[in-house]
Amino acid sequence: MKAIKHALLGAVIFVAATAASAQNEQFVPVLSYRVGPYAAGGSGYYGGAIDYWTLINMSGGINGVKLVWEECETEYNASKGVECYERLKKKNGGASTVEPLSTGIAYGLFDRVAQDKIPMTTFGYGLASAADGRVYPWVFPIGTTYWDQMAAMIAYLGQKEGGVDKLKGKKVAFLYHDSAYGKEPIPVLDALAAKHGFEALKIPVPVPGTTQESQWLQIRQARPDYVIVWTYGVMSTVALKTAAKTGYPKNKLLGVWWAGSEEDVIPAGDASKGYVSASFTATGTDFPVMQDIKKKVYGANKGNLEDPTRLGNVMYTRGVVYGMILVEAIRVAQSQFGKGKVMTPEQLRWGFEHLNLTEARIKELGAGGLFPPIKTSCADHEGSGMVKFQEWTGTGFKQVTPFMAGDRDMVRKMAEETAGKYAAEKKITPRDCAKEG
Amino acid sequence: MLYREAGQFKTSYEKDAAIFPILQDRIGMAVVLVVAFAVVPFVATPYVFTGILIPLLIFSLAALGLNILTGYAGQLSLGTAAFMAVGAFAAYNFMLRVPGIPVLVAFALAGVVAALVGILFGLPSLRIRGLYLVVATLAAQFFIVWFLTRVGWITNYSTSGVITAQQVVILGYAFTTPAAKYLLILSIVSLLALAAKNMARGNVGRSWMAVRDMDVAAEVIGIRLMRAKLLAFAVSSFYCGVAGALFAYLYLGTVEPEAFNLDLSFRILFMVIIGGVGTVMGSFLGAAFVTLLPVFLSVTVRFLDNILGLHIAESTISNLELIVFGGLIIFFLIVEPHGLARLWQIGKEKLRLWPFPH
Repeated sequence: MKAIKHALLGAVIFVAATAASAQNEQFVPVLSYRVGPYAAGGSGYYGGAIDYWTLINMSGGINGVKLVWEECETEYNASKGVECYERLKKKNGGASTVEPLSTGIAYGLFDRVAQDKIPMTTFGYGLASAADGRVYPWVFPIGTTYWDQMAAMIAYLGQKEGGVDKLKGKKVAFLYHDSAYGKEPIPVLDALAAKHGFEALKIPVPVPGTTQESQWLQIRQARPDYVIVWTYGVMSTVALKTAAKTGYPKNKLLGVWWAGSEEDVIPAGDASKGYVSASFTATGTDFPVMQDIKKKVYGANKGNLEDPTRLGNVMYTRGVVYGMILVEAIRVAQSQFGKGKVMTPEQLRWGFEHLNLTEARIKELGAGGLFPPIKTSCADHEGSGMVKFQEWTGTGFKQVTPFMAGDRDMVRKMAEETAGKYAAEKKITPRDCAKEG
Repeated sequence: MLYREAGQFKTSYEKDAAIFPILQDRIGMAVVLVVAFAVVPFVATPYVFTGILIPLLIFSLAALGLNILTGYAGQLSLGTAAFMAVGAFAAYNFMLRVPGIPVLVAFALAGVVAALVGILFGLPSLRIRGLYLVVATLAAQFFIVWFLTRVGWITNYSTSGVITAQQVVILGYAFTTPAAKYLLILSIVSLLALAAKNMARGNVGRSWMAVRDMDVAAEVIGIRLMRAKLLAFAVSSFYCGVAGALFAYLYLGTVEPEAFNLDLSFRILFMVIIGGVGTVMGSFLGAAFVTLLPVFLSVTVRFLDNILGLHIAESTISNLELIVFGGLIIFFLIVEPHGLARLWQIGKEKLRLWPFPH
């Protein structure tokens, strides 16, 4: 009898304790993918974010609020991703935000997050027109979108030529992943080609793109001045290898940011030395925050990566930056709605809309130069639009430009037009940002 | 003892030819339907609807479509996902371009378009069979998806090639809640399943099965091969097309051609094989196995990990799910190569004698 009593008492205390701890926990569902063809990207990215959150929790959380998360394997598959989202959205007091790192899953969640009122971030992918926060109140392509990246790429090529006006009469080939992801930047490419007077040659590569002989033959015949490589996964490595095989000079290749990580260039061997790709973050382990993660998180054996040597590589770094921006958004929201409180998704959205990460603040976070300053607002869910370019030297990435932007005004105008069309089609009344704080 | 047809005499041909000749089966089916229609909508949570039941029903319909073609008519196909894509995009275009078209009509027309495409790609079946036909349908899979990404008109010149499905409104009622969507899908799937069951039992089904078992013999006894085979392709594609439209409109809400890749075709083929080739019930059992087991495994593994405090690495959990899933498929196929429907059949036989087997 006594034993039962003790057990009951224990159970009561246990329940009370978990209930108490639940009050100070901000729940983040993690729709990760760690198996399948994109596993290298998924495990690095979510590993980075989780390591950063572990670091924050170890130093007492965000004004005492700890982050908790639960993972669900999406396999980069839209219908699995939707199932995972539905499974996790009500757990642990409700999901505060979601980041699927997959264009397909993000498309499947657009309507759902708007209905459930949960902010969704799409860092460096997804729909470019979602930067217009008046039409897409719940979607945050924070940092840059594909459209800005394309604009920055053309600006970079212009720089190489000695001015964008020098691009006139040139030929730029656009080798792309034949899917929503690859097609997204085409309108901006076309607009810029018309504006600067260069010819854009569009060459689709069917998924998964393990053979590209015919595409590169086409490139060899057309002799473009530059080739923009807009690929993902194994397609990127094959593109680099095939370019080398057909004798296309690698310093004329320019890669998209998803085709510029260690996983893409190392398997290509010598073919990738001197290859330049875009990025929305810097990389490396020199940043104080990376050192902190190495020392405190991996030192205490709490790291998420099974192979700690991947720490500081491109995908991992992007994950850390995502983790950091989410934590900052929670901080901003707390400063408005009460420090040390758990934020509701609505309050967190406010936080995402009022981010103001200045260079000084980024430095304070131990990440000076890791990512560009970001200032979001109700209308602008992007907040930066800056991209930098990096060159693979065979052992690491060398930064070749500072953070730079392309024709942002044009991109913003196009994004607003597209968003307006979407609003008309779906009969959405855009928010009036002047009325909201 | 309870499950036994003794004493149930059939006094007319009608009774003898009923779908469920045994009283217990009729009661069982009625209970299932009552639960599905009248109990589930009140007790299920939104997660159960959108995460489990809706995809389960839609995939059951697609598996049923493939089962008609592969299970009944014996024509192997790997183009299921492509026919679903045809249905999804056709429904989108009917809704977009025909003002005021009722959604159900659009779904039916989408099925018809898919059926026409199915007939087109079924033509090679008149000359080739078995694995060679698989290759021909594989061509359908790649060609259709390629076509849908390439022709701008189909996606209404959407820059990314992804379209958003319009809202489903029937008689002024908007189907937006998970429960409403579930009921709509359930009604459509039940009707189509009933139709399939009747087709399979009737003249058409018999001619399909004759073709499946030996087409020369079938021809000799007077079955027109071309008609039977193409009809199987048409009906199968119709089912897949409707499933595709439901997938786009009532499940994901968006359509991108990439979602209907070869991987999905394989998954639906697995559903048919695991569930039971040539049975209506097998389509449902197979779809349940393939869609629910991974969810169940992922939840259980995480639950056990939490309870036992093992702290297995996330990537190990993800891989573990796949390993166990693959292992179970092999296990079931060894234990019962004829699928889950056959297991059910054996179970019923045993039940007749239970609890006095001798």
